[in-house]
Amino acid sequence: MSPLVSTICQFWSSSIGKKVVVALTGIVLVGFLAGHLAGNLLVYVGREATNDYAEFLMHLLHGAGIWIARAVLLTCFVLHIVATIQLTRSNRAARADAYEVKTSVRTTLSARVMIWSGLTILAFVIFHLLHFTVRIDQGLADLRDPLVDRHDTYGMVVRGFQNVPVSLFYIVALTLLCSHLSHGVASIFQTLGLRSKKTRGAIKVFSWIYAAIIWLGFISIPISIMLGLVHFD
Amino acid sequence: MNLTLKIWRQEGPDAKGQMQTVEARDIPEEASFLEMLDIVNERIIEEGGDPVQFDHDCREGICGTCSLTINGVPHGPDNGVTTCQLHMRKFRDGDTIWIEPFRAKAFPVVRDLVVDRSAFDRIIAAGGYISVRTGSAPDANGLPIEKDHADQSFDAATCIGCGACVAACPNASPMLFVGAKASHLNLLPQGKPELDIRVLAMVRQMDAEGFGNCTNHYECEGVCPKEISADVIARLNREYACASVKEGVA
Amino acid sequence: MALDAKIPSGPLQDKWAKHKRDSKLINPANKRKFTIIIVGSGLAGGAAAATLSELGYKVKCFCYQDSPRRAHSIAAQGGINAAKNYQNDGDSVYRLFYDTLKGGDFRSREGNVYRLAEVSVNIIDQCVAQGVPFAREYGGLLANRSFGGAQVSRTFYARGQTGQQLLLGCYQALEKEVHNGGVQMYPRTEMLDMVVVDGHAKGIVVRDMQTGEISSHAGDAVLLATGGYGNVFFLSTNAKGCNVTAAYRAHKRGAYFSNPCYTQIHPTCIPVSGDYQSKLTLMSESLRNDGRIWVPKKAEDAKKNPNDIPDSDRDYYLERKYPSFGNLSPRDIASRSAKEVCDEGRGVGPGGRGVYLDFRDAINRLGEDAIRNRYGNLFQMYAKITGENPYKAPMRIYPAVHYTMGGLWVDYNLMSNLPGLHVLGEANFSDHGANRLGASALMQGLADGYFVIPVTLAVYLAGQKPGAVTTDAPEFKAVEEEVRTRTKTFLDIKGKRSVDSFHRELGLLLWDKCGMARNKAGLEEALKKIPEIREEFWQNLRVPGNGTNLNQELEKAGRVADFMEFGELMCRDALDREESCGGHFREEHQFTEADPEVKSGTTQPGEAKRHDDKFAYASAWEYAGKDKPPVLHKEELVFDTVKPSVRSYQ
Ligand SMILES: Cc1cc2nc3c(=O)[nH]c(=O)nc-3n(C[C@H](O)[C@H](O)[C@H](O)COP(=O)(O)OP(=O)(O)OC[C@H]3O[C@@H](n4cnc5c(N)ncnc54)[C@H](O)[C@@H]3O)c2cc1C
Ligand code: HEM
Ligand code: FES
Repeated sequence: MSPLVSTICQFWSSSIGKKVVVALTGIVLVGFLAGHLAGNLLVYVGREATNDYAEFLMHLLHGAGIWIARAVLLTCFVLHIVATIQLTRSNRAARADAYEVKTSVRTTLSARVMIWSGLTILAFVIFHLLHFTVRIDQGLADLRDPLVDRHDTYGMVVRGFQNVPVSLFYIVALTLLCSHLSHGVASIFQTLGLRSKKTRGAIKVFSWIYAAIIWLGFISIPISIMLGLVHFD
Repeated sequence: MNLTLKIWRQEGPDAKGQMQTVEARDIPEEASFLEMLDIVNERIIEEGGDPVQFDHDCREGICGTCSLTINGVPHGPDNGVTTCQLHMRKFRDGDTIWIEPFRAKAFPVVRDLVVDRSAFDRIIAAGGYISVRTGSAPDANGLPIEKDHADQSFDAATCIGCGACVAACPNASPMLFVGAKASHLNLLPQGKPELDIRVLAMVRQMDAEGFGNCTNHYECEGVCPKEISADVIARLNREYACASVKEGVA
Repeated sequence: MALDAKIPSGPLQDKWAKHKRDSKLINPANKRKFTIIIVGSGLAGGAAAATLSELGYKVKCFCYQDSPRRAHSIAAQGGINAAKNYQNDGDSVYRLFYDTLKGGDFRSREGNVYRLAEVSVNIIDQCVAQGVPFAREYGGLLANRSFGGAQVSRTFYARGQTGQQLLLGCYQALEKEVHNGGVQMYPRTEMLDMVVVDGHAKGIVVRDMQTGEISSHAGDAVLLATGGYGNVFFLSTNAKGCNVTAAYRAHKRGAYFSNPCYTQIHPTCIPVSGDYQSKLTLMSESLRNDGRIWVPKKAEDAKKNPNDIPDSDRDYYLERKYPSFGNLSPRDIASRSAKEVCDEGRGVGPGGRGVYLDFRDAINRLGEDAIRNRYGNLFQMYAKITGENPYKAPMRIYPAVHYTMGGLWVDYNLMSNLPGLHVLGEANFSDHGANRLGASALMQGLADGYFVIPVTLAVYLAGQKPGAVTTDAPEFKAVEEEVRTRTKTFLDIKGKRSVDSFHRELGLLLWDKCGMARNKAGLEEALKKIPEIREEFWQNLRVPGNGTNLNQELEKAGRVADFMEFGELMCRDALDREESCGGHFREEHQFTEADPEVKSGTTQPGEAKRHDDKFAYASAWEYAGKDKPPVLHKEELVFDTVKPSVRSYQ
């Protein structure tokens, strides 16, 4: 093994190294969420804007762009998941005997349920991809834009969220995502060593605001659709 | 005052332990928590029983020997103190108090409430020092140190190595301890030459001992009797990442 | 046996250099063949272990705590002296030497004390290089303060945690050597006896406190750095585990014990609040800079709320008796005065054993914030322990046992009369005479460990064949057997009383009769009573459990058994010394109105009175066997450079 490779292996197998991977991949995912939200909010502008945006993504770098983005996101997602599952397992093992009585003094519920919020997000993401990206529902896959000859992304979103159980699952998952982010975003700073006495307050606020925006932004869409504020035609 | 104690009893490292209920009667509220246990033990001895074994030495909050997780909080309900500095006036007559050891896989129970914290020594041995042979030091004032750095370094150096951080952490992570030692030494100019190898070695030893890793719950900060800030963990994370990069490419 | 201190000849300031020049060296290749046993990992033992390992010796280091970092050196607060003269206030090696000798009431050796002052400067260099975060000025250079009444600022400090920071530096150096393979560390391992082979100390017998296993370790030399014996009084500022066992066992194997009666009482401790009390907490003496000490003038006011007692009814007794030093009078004077007023029934707080330390005037003058800045952490500590608010009502303080100047007799090489046995730090008697100055114990421990023993050990080792003695020697088996029997005896008594109850009884008696003030009748009474307590101890002790796992009662029993014998030795020494000096105050020997020194105003009635003509010696007691009185040897102290004078703090 070359020294470089062995250092990388050692880094990955060390606890802090793995955490750094979680944080770095977390940044990518957090960035993606922001971009994704911005795109999604186009449903409020209307069908044309939404479908233009979808088309733009498909044709970025002559169609290669979307695949590069998907590859990066998938890699980060997988690394994030593998690392966090391994960390959680070794952390559970390190605690060994449980206390009969344990009282928390600082931690938050969000911090304690990271693995469960994460796994729910994973389940949601799989469903979400099948739903809107792979489009296993033929009805949604066949929708066409009435103005230009292309897939009707806007229509797919509206039709998709008119299904109440789907929307409810979406809202629950995003609430957990919000919880995940409220702890996760602040954690990035600590894990990468960018948090200090002076910045800790600001980081916490930033993290909350980010999580709140993501949550409100995303869930507003199914809610608006269910309330009929955004409709098919 | 009279209290009901629920105390962890365990004969030896390999024995199975369980909680035992012990009544503590006529405890003066000026007594310290450990003095309360002394009184209880005195009674147990008189009655022919086996006294509760618990670690302690200086009884003034500096040696780091005393431990105990009291009602689920390492070093008990008072802030910024060790168990030996906790006084009974913090409790009410009639209270039930749960007393357990500092639990973690890397801190095996020796007996009752006494645990083995030698893993901490091995982490220090791995790199928690500045290598300087006796007699080879230059004049002490030859190296001025910015007061601010000296103060920050001191804040970290106040760690007493008690292990409450590990006991409180849901992951049994010792990163407050490791980070405190790293910050103490790395912030000083004397400590800079060995910074990278120190951090790499200490973190690797910490992993090898079977401790968990910090997932930013900050429980450690909340129970640390010396109120050391989790900033030292942030610094450790950063220094470890940088040292790894340097090790990989240089 | 004649006691030869082996002080090198020549002028005082050249002795150490000459000694280093003349001492034999050990060939580097040979060093690793020598095994050195070090008992104790405090400043003295830890420093010695790290340094000897760096030099190439194989070191085995033992301590009873679960980690060497927890030795009681960790508790020192105030600071460490060194003759650096960074403040340019006229300090020098000579002045530190002189102050230490005078502070010790001229009961220590010039040669040793001068060497201590000389190496003090290297200690600070060493510690700073290790990363000890001493206080600094804004310019980045080291800060100093004046301590314990010294007229120069030579004390280096690290907030109120100097001992902790020095010990961590030392502990880290020790762990570095553990990592390098030079030191094998045995924590939670208690030395229970020493093994002498052909008249040389060649090993120890220890008990693994976790498994109860008793085993032997052989070495080419044995170093004891086991700290002080203040816990003989049960209540003291020492850690609960501090003990005399290692030193006393060595004494029983032939090492002489010097000046056991010299104990230091610290004036500013938090008073005893009840009979459950397990230890006393020291509060930094710096409090006396701004606090005023008083008791009510009338005994009937002692129970009143202090804030209701008008100034006219208060007796600021230190200011009254010692107008120029006032509240800053030396430790022994301040302590004794507190005892006097309490004996008169004017003491305050539980049991009438306390005096007020009042910040009212300082708060009025400087404001509460200024006081909080200076003493905030001490006030907080006081409030946590007592539940009282010292900003609103005066603190209560009382003297407590703090340090023991006596210890095993050693020569200039720190070797006892028993060849091969070396004694370092508070465990030896060498440098502080009858009284130790503030901030000098840390200095001595580190001087012994880092700079003296690495040189002087070679003097002994040069004449030894490495590894000549192993644990196969019959002497080891015999001592091991004795230790086993003794351990079993404790467990088999199965009486009614706990170890602590005996320890308390002994401690109270000693505090009463051999504490701050002593007299013939009291000491004789103690000498009669101690054997009675001891008798009951061996008949009515209860040690539950067995010896095969962690058993703290068993550990305590062994220590208290030794205190029971040692307390008697203390009283004997105190009885023998028909004078008052430093920490030893014999009521019969104090200045009175009739003395010329009092008439001339050099000193005051009630002050300690030395008798240099008869007592300018260090006592060195030899163990003579069970139930036989120990034999007193005397090392005459010679003062070539400084003429002993009457100590005056008027
Ligand atoms: C509260 C307090 C404050 C103080 N403040 C100051 C100050 O400001 N300045 C100053 O100069 N001095 C101060 N002193 C005094 C000073 O701290 C001590 O004298 C000094 O640290 C003693 O160091 P040492 O290495 O000799 O012993 P210690 O540090 O006591 O170490 C003793 C070692 O021996 C081991 N040991 C003992 N018995 C056994 C046994 N039977 N078997 C195995 N191991 C054993 C222990 O485990 C320990 O490792 C203070 C003392 C106290 C109590
Ligand atoms: C869009 C998806 C996700 C985003 C934006 C995201 C974001 C983050 C961020 C920023 C962190 C903090 C990193 C750090 O500690 O420094 C984090 C931690 C974590 N993530 Fe995710 N995450 C996502 C998906 C997942 C998934 C699918 C899992 C499922 C296993 C998961 C499990 C965890 C866990 C357990 C942690 C805590 C790790 C630790 O602190 O040790 N995450 N996440
Ligand atoms: S016993 Fe020393 S810190 Fe509590």
